[in-house]
Amino acid sequence: MADKYNAETIITETQKRISNAFDVFDHESNKTVDVREIGTIIRSLGCFPSEADLHEIIAELEEEEPTGFVRYEKFLPTMTKILLERKFRPITEDLLLQAFEVLDQQKKGHLEPEELSKYLTQEGEPFTQEEMDEMLSAAVDPDKNVILYKDFVSMMTFDDTR
Amino acid sequence: MGCGVTKTSEFNRKFDKDGNVIPAAITMKAAVLIQRWYRQYAARMEVRRRYTWNIFQSMEYADLQDQIKLYNFLGYLMDNFTPPSSERNLISHIFRENEVCRDAEWERYFSYTNIDVPDIYSGPRLTFPLDMDQAADLVEAFKKKQQLHSRYVLQLLLETWKLLKVLPNINRVSTCHSKEITICGDLHGQLEDLLLIFYKNGMPSLEKPYVFNGDYVDRGKDSIEILLILFAFLLVFPGDVYLNRGNHEDHIINLRYGFTKEVLNKYKLHGKRILKLLQKIFSWLPLVTVIDQRVLIVHGGISDTTNLALIARVDRHRYVSALRPPKKKTPSRTNVYADSERYDEMIICKNRRGSLTFPKPFGARESFQRRSLQDFSRAVARTLEEEFEVRRRQGEFSLSSFSKSHRILSSAVSSDSEPESSEFTDTSNEEWKQILDLLWSDPMSHDGCIPNEVRGGGCYWGPDVTEGFLNRHNLQLIIRSHECKQDGYEFCHNRKVLTLFSASNYYEVGSNRGAFVRLGPDLVPYFVQYQATSMTRGLSFPQNVKRTEHTALKVLREQLFVHKSDLLSAFQEIDKENTGLICLNEWASAIERVLHLDLPWRVLHPQLVSSTTDGRLDYHGWFRDLALKKPSSEHIEQTMLETLYRHRSTLETIFRIVDTDNSGLITFEDFRQTLKLLSAYLKMEISDEVINKLVISTDTNNDGSIDIDEFMEAFRLVDKSRLERGKSLLKLMQDNQETESPQPVYSTAPQTSQCPASQPADPPASNTTDSACSQTANPPALQTADSPGSLAEDCPASQTEDLCHISVVVPPQ
Repeated sequence: MADKYNAETIITETQKRISNAFDVFDHESNKTVDVREIGTIIRSLGCFPSEADLHEIIAELEEEEPTGFVRYEKFLPTMTKILLERKFRPITEDLLLQAFEVLDQQKKGHLEPEELSKYLTQEGEPFTQEEMDEMLSAAVDPDKNVILYKDFVSMMTFDDTR
Repeated sequence: MGCGVTKTSEFNRKFDKDGNVIPAAITMKAAVLIQRWYRQYAARMEVRRRYTWNIFQSMEYADLQDQIKLYNFLGYLMDNFTPPSSERNLISHIFRENEVCRDAEWERYFSYTNIDVPDIYSGPRLTFPLDMDQAADLVEAFKKKQQLHSRYVLQLLLETWKLLKVLPNINRVSTCHSKEITICGDLHGQLEDLLLIFYKNGMPSLEKPYVFNGDYVDRGKDSIEILLILFAFLLVFPGDVYLNRGNHEDHIINLRYGFTKEVLNKYKLHGKRILKLLQKIFSWLPLVTVIDQRVLIVHGGISDTTNLALIARVDRHRYVSALRPPKKKTPSRTNVYADSERYDEMIICKNRRGSLTFPKPFGARESFQRRSLQDFSRAVARTLEEEFEVRRRQGEFSLSSFSKSHRILSSAVSSDSEPESSEFTDTSNEEWKQILDLLWSDPMSHDGCIPNEVRGGGCYWGPDVTEGFLNRHNLQLIIRSHECKQDGYEFCHNRKVLTLFSASNYYEVGSNRGAFVRLGPDLVPYFVQYQATSMTRGLSFPQNVKRTEHTALKVLREQLFVHKSDLLSAFQEIDKENTGLICLNEWASAIERVLHLDLPWRVLHPQLVSSTTDGRLDYHGWFRDLALKKPSSEHIEQTMLETLYRHRSTLETIFRIVDTDNSGLITFEDFRQTLKLLSAYLKMEISDEVINKLVISTDTNNDGSIDIDEFMEAFRLVDKSRLERGKSLLKLMQDNQETESPQPVYSTAPQTSQCPASQPADPPASNTTDSACSQTANPPALQTADSPGSLAEDCPASQTEDLCHISVVVPPQ
């Protein structure tokens, strides 16, 4: 019973999680996934990498001659390391709120859709139009047509807790 | 100050050397943060969406496997002929050719002229030949939930049959005159989608040609209406409407997937004849369509042996069902048995050559080899031959039965007087394989061509096969359907194969979009996607995902619940010390062992398991939490009920096969035999005592017969967590029974399930469709779509939480 939480167990548990997440995207059941899904898989395991982080990781994972696929044998050790080292830690609700507040330069307490779009599609690691539309569909209050970011943040972070 | 970046200082203002704020840097940081966070959130939504999709697909595959298993089992019965086996006799009829009559006799059988249409009937009254306005009126009428009177149904179908008989196997279409051709995929009885397509794209006309790529029926609840609309337009614009046959245009498939039930429920008096006529119509539907000699449109796909020249030559109507041997064109009347012995040998040799499919380990039940659809039917024919041989030797039959059985057999046996075609010659087999391949195949990403063991027919074909095929036939694109796609369409094989699926929300509201495609003379596809429920439009992507996920999980929980006994044994095997606890890994592997659904259980576990202590699950408590209530009966033990529930689709299919006259009713005796069949299939004892109890408790009509629908109704599970909504009356009944002296729940089934308020698409009582004085003693049977895995839902309470499919045409945008 005391052995339960030794390092070995943790590693095995971690690897099982990785294996399961990988399987969801392994459509052909041949232990490979499309390289474009790597970001999704890593994020689904609870990590918050930036796009730049992802590019680095993918570069590591790709074959010498890029096939467009990533093999599980390569993915597993890399991902295990990421999880055990707790890289790409989560973003807290507070921090997120602060970020919105920064964008809300006039301190209105809300953001216009166009405002937010401008920031998120032009600055930082820009969203595609599709990503922007998706986020807006969840964020914009249908009655007032603005983003009440405080509510939005609480709602989204609440959603995730399981 | 300085470079220490703690969380709180992330957004401290940055100052340049003059002390001015540098806003850009801050906003960029903020933007990056939000983006990073949102992408994480979106990724997790994506995973949920993905495994929800997996759940639906694996349930669908499991259901397909179930069907194959059933047919294998029936084939096994046929093979192991024991005279006289009553169970075998129950089912053999379906695999025999029917009385072979001339067309004139059929026309008499299908005659509609003596069917009166009462004055109070307010639906469309068709006059033939049909014109465009009548076709449009028909669409309007169905939009208003009216039902076409059986007289007109039969008339329309007869006209359709006549037309189809002169059409070639390969429709050839041209995009000259700058006409754009619209192509639609599977519709599966979902009328809303067809209406939406017409709304967005216009109805078929001389300027607006359409190709429909099969699978018009089954699963959805308005299959017959879709057929009637398509056939009406076909009759009005025969040069501009093209119909391909799908694998669901097959009466044996329809027994399981809901179309037979739908027709019998909507047309109580004439349903049987309508079904028979449709059987013929289906076999006469063309097989493929070719546009401009460049684009092939076919329902399933191709194989490495697909040969269009051969396809053009076959007698397609001989291939009535994927599960029946091809019937002979003209019955032979000479002595059949001259070559019988040699013929037997030949057939036996053929069958020994082995199945088209690879046998795959399935579990204890699969002690006999899995067969492909083709093999099964071949086996059926062979044993019929044996049967008659035996009878002949025993001198049992009279002359009249000889000629009757002779005619029946003549479909399956070769004879000297017809040198060109003996039934199971290689040609016949080859043709049949060609057709199965066209209607049942699926593309795969690897090269090669292997038998499609998931579906039991057709094959999986790879990009190299596509290349070869397109080159050989000088084509540039294959458009096919047959598989549901999230976005309504999907390219593969280097954009040389397009899958097109037109039934939106196929698994569940919000599960997928439907699509249709337009091709102009340049043959560049232009896609239009849609989703036929207004409710999904108001929902954001995450909300949509959650809603669909909710249903998938519900379905999954149900599966877990009905496998409780097996799961419990599996858990207890692991938990040898009987602690009642099991760790997550073992939980996951045990479930996979029992259910064989190939799902990511560890990823799913947070949704299925509410709490764990120290990473271990209290499995007894977990079963209690699954929040489902079974129909209960003191007389019948829980395991038995669970088993019957689990196999209810199989049970229902057998019922419908046994119901030879398609009346929806079977006798006690047949019911008994059916359960015996099932117990043989499951290799599980269903004692006579149990059967008797079931029989007694099910005879609600008190007339010595059992209504299949009513019986199946008893097997609905009630979801405890949704007590309040809509199932009130039925639920109350069940509740009452449990508190007072117990009575089997079956006997209270749907008589009193009055649904409050709006029930969509029920045949309105005012529209007498069959005969004005039809028996109303029977409650209106619930028309529930036989969708894979989902519980039958009636009584929609249209709130956003409710997961009923509501048929609303999206209003103009």
